[in-house]
Amino acid sequence: MPEDTYKVGSFTFSSRLFVGTGKYATMDLMERCLEASGCEVVTVAVRRDVLDDSGKAKQDSILDHIDLKKITILPNTAGCFTAKDAVRSARLSRELLEGLDNPGARWVKLEVLADKKTLLPDTVGTLEATKQLVDEGLEVLAYTNDDPILAKKLKDAGATSVMPLGSPIGSGQGILNPGNISICLEYLKEGDPDYPVIVDAGVGTASDVAVAMELGADGVLLNTGIAGAKDALNMSVAMAKACEAGRLAYQAGRIPKKRYATASSPVDGVIAPGM
Amino acid sequence: MQVIINGKLEELQDGTTVALLLEGKGLTPARVAVEINEDLVLRKTFSDTAVSDGDRIEIVTLVGGG
Repeated sequence: MPEDTYKVGSFTFSSRLFVGTGKYATMDLMERCLEASGCEVVTVAVRRDVLDDSGKAKQDSILDHIDLKKITILPNTAGCFTAKDAVRSARLSRELLEGLDNPGARWVKLEVLADKKTLLPDTVGTLEATKQLVDEGLEVLAYTNDDPILAKKLKDAGATSVMPLGSPIGSGQGILNPGNISICLEYLKEGDPDYPVIVDAGVGTASDVAVAMELGADGVLLNTGIAGAKDALNMSVAMAKACEAGRLAYQAGRIPKKRYATASSPVDGVIAPGM
Repeated sequence: MQVIINGKLEELQDGTTVALLLEGKGLTPARVAVEINEDLVLRKTFSDTAVSDGDRIEIVTLVGGG
């Protein structure tokens, strides 16, 4: 079987799982989970977390726990509640990754959130920040609602990829509206089948990843589903397998759903032909 | 002069550049990014960028997140 690679903007990957780096019990566990997931992309956040209480440099850094030669960093603008702050965050992360000589300097996962309780995207702000960052030359992966209309607007604004949510961040509710995700895929890939669509957020367990991939998503981004699992390491393996299984099933083509049964065994020649 | 660094008031010597500020705190320039009054300071200009009284400075790095 030829290698199943795909493109996101100027990047080419074979792993379709994007993994977040938050909330792991230890850095060592995170390293082992990232490795076991087979991911080629990890997402990180931008924070003030550089100084201790006395104003001096903190010693431990996540950068010591990620192989920057092998892994592409996808900086996110998580925690930004306005387009303006998200743009600032994206500029800072580009500068950081250029300093680290990581190709992740070319892109950003844009999150403009609306509300602390739901962490749902502010889609108006997301559209505004997408335009601004595309103008500044960044490849923008826009985190958004499972709204096909807005997804199309983000693509038209120049987003390199649209990332519709499965369900709210960290909620573990899975893919709440497969119908809408499916229409997002249809609209975004119309006449442009290679346009990358990555389902982001809400994954609770392996089957959620499989569902997204079976719908035809190019990839899935998740964090809490692994980091918060009782056994994070085994869950990262399960997520990787589900991602692969879902992708294969999508390529293989599922049978249509039917209202009634269709016999698998021959209908003729039964010993007691009945009704 | 007084500046605000990551939300905290600090006293700095006049003429401090971004490069000197980072050095004084033991920070590796390649591992941080800096904003002054919400404008990005390019790494290559750290040595030439002087900090002024009243500046609001952000020094950030990458952390775990999703």
